[in-house]
Amino acid sequence: MTALVRPALVLAWKDVMLELRSRDVLISSLVFALLTVVVFNFALDIEARTVDALAPGVLWVAFAFAGVLAMSRAFVIEKDKGSLDGLLLCPVSRDSLYFGKMLSLFLFMAVIEALLLPAFIILFDYSAFTWEMGVAMGLATLGFAIVGTLFSAIAVNTRSREIMLPVLFFPVVAPLIIGAVEVSTGAVGDVVGAMGAGRWLQLMAVFDVVFLFVCPWVFGLVMEE
Amino acid sequence: MNGTSPTYAIKVQGLVKGFGEYPVLNGLDLTLDWGRRLTIFGANGSGKTTLLRLLSTQYRPDGGKIWVGGIERGQSPAAIRGMIGVVAHSPMIYEDLTCEENLRFFGRIFGLKGLGPRIDQVLGQVGLRQRADQRARTLSHGMQKRLAIARAILHDPPILLLDEPESGLDAEALEGLRNVIIGGAERSRTVVMATHNVEVGLAWADEVAVLGDGRIVYRAERHEVNEAHLRGAYLRRVEVAA
Repeated sequence: MTALVRPALVLAWKDVMLELRSRDVLISSLVFALLTVVVFNFALDIEARTVDALAPGVLWVAFAFAGVLAMSRAFVIEKDKGSLDGLLLCPVSRDSLYFGKMLSLFLFMAVIEALLLPAFIILFDYSAFTWEMGVAMGLATLGFAIVGTLFSAIAVNTRSREIMLPVLFFPVVAPLIIGAVEVSTGAVGDVVGAMGAGRWLQLMAVFDVVFLFVCPWVFGLVMEE
Repeated sequence: MNGTSPTYAIKVQGLVKGFGEYPVLNGLDLTLDWGRRLTIFGANGSGKTTLLRLLSTQYRPDGGKIWVGGIERGQSPAAIRGMIGVVAHSPMIYEDLTCEENLRFFGRIFGLKGLGPRIDQVLGQVGLRQRADQRARTLSHGMQKRLAIARAILHDPPILLLDEPESGLDAEALEGLRNVIIGGAERSRTVVMATHNVEVGLAWADEVAVLGDGRIVYRAERHEVNEAHLRGAYLRRVEVAA
């Protein structure tokens, strides 16, 4: 267990340290997310009676696109100066490398979301948060990081990686985004949809668990050569 | 300990590797005893880098078998990676970390103990002790290469795989690299080095080989090598490749 966890933590620590110095991921993703929220705020005719139905969708669009930006950088920093080869030459399992990158991506996305939320609340005059919405945010962010780490590793070796990543990522995480929007909409309004919030949360949790096993395995195959 | 004779630090049998339609290595056989230094010459595209990447577990062979340090490649690639140090074309470092932080990061991933003194030692060996706190981004190409060498020997590997390690190095750094390879400061390492530099390749080797047509086409002990013959064989290969 230590052999799996220790290198993963060291790798995540390195990513955090590099990000604190460059701020490439946080600033670009946060600015993009803020712009998304601002544009939607002006584009949609939001009133007090419609805000509960419209705002969660805007929030999740901003989270998802900001997340893709963060993911696109996750392995690019490893390609510079061949440092990905340096990592792959270390005597640790590919699972350790996967979980290290996943952890750092999760942290970056969580920070972006935490910084975006106050702006979203102010712009949309939105105050109807519930615990279900918090859980949905946690599960969706974790799912984004789980799937995004794998697809970022796949895309970084392709010629059109900026296009490849969202093309691969969004179809797979569609259940997560739908679930998160449904839970958010149902939690703040009267519209719970065909399934209750609890069912959507269960679906998101199952998604995370399944991909938590599948993605490290595929990552090992992708990194083999 | 291993699936073949423990005499050999490296053993390769019938190695085949291609990329798409293009075969690069075609039934290559190679053995190297512990503590020996082998220099491999070959034209561009002859498969030198591919061979080193196969030995370092970065590529998976299409056919044949590889043992490194007595361990079969398919059995435990991670164990093989713990025994090798690799210097490749790219320095494999993080430019926004300092020299010391780069080595500390890789040392922690390797799970090394007593990292502080060891980092100081290897930085001294490659002449970067004064630049320990300097970010790698601000180093010249040659200095980054020195840092790459420091990273490769940080865990004191018994086997070194070097791909044109001398390129970009000044005379002082070359001397430092020679000490690392020949083992003046530490112990005698097994070294496989690919290079185009006949002078350096001969000076640092116990044995030399020329790669062509996906195989070893010439191999001799250093003291048996007629430099003119080697240059001739090597240049013929370069002409054939061209």
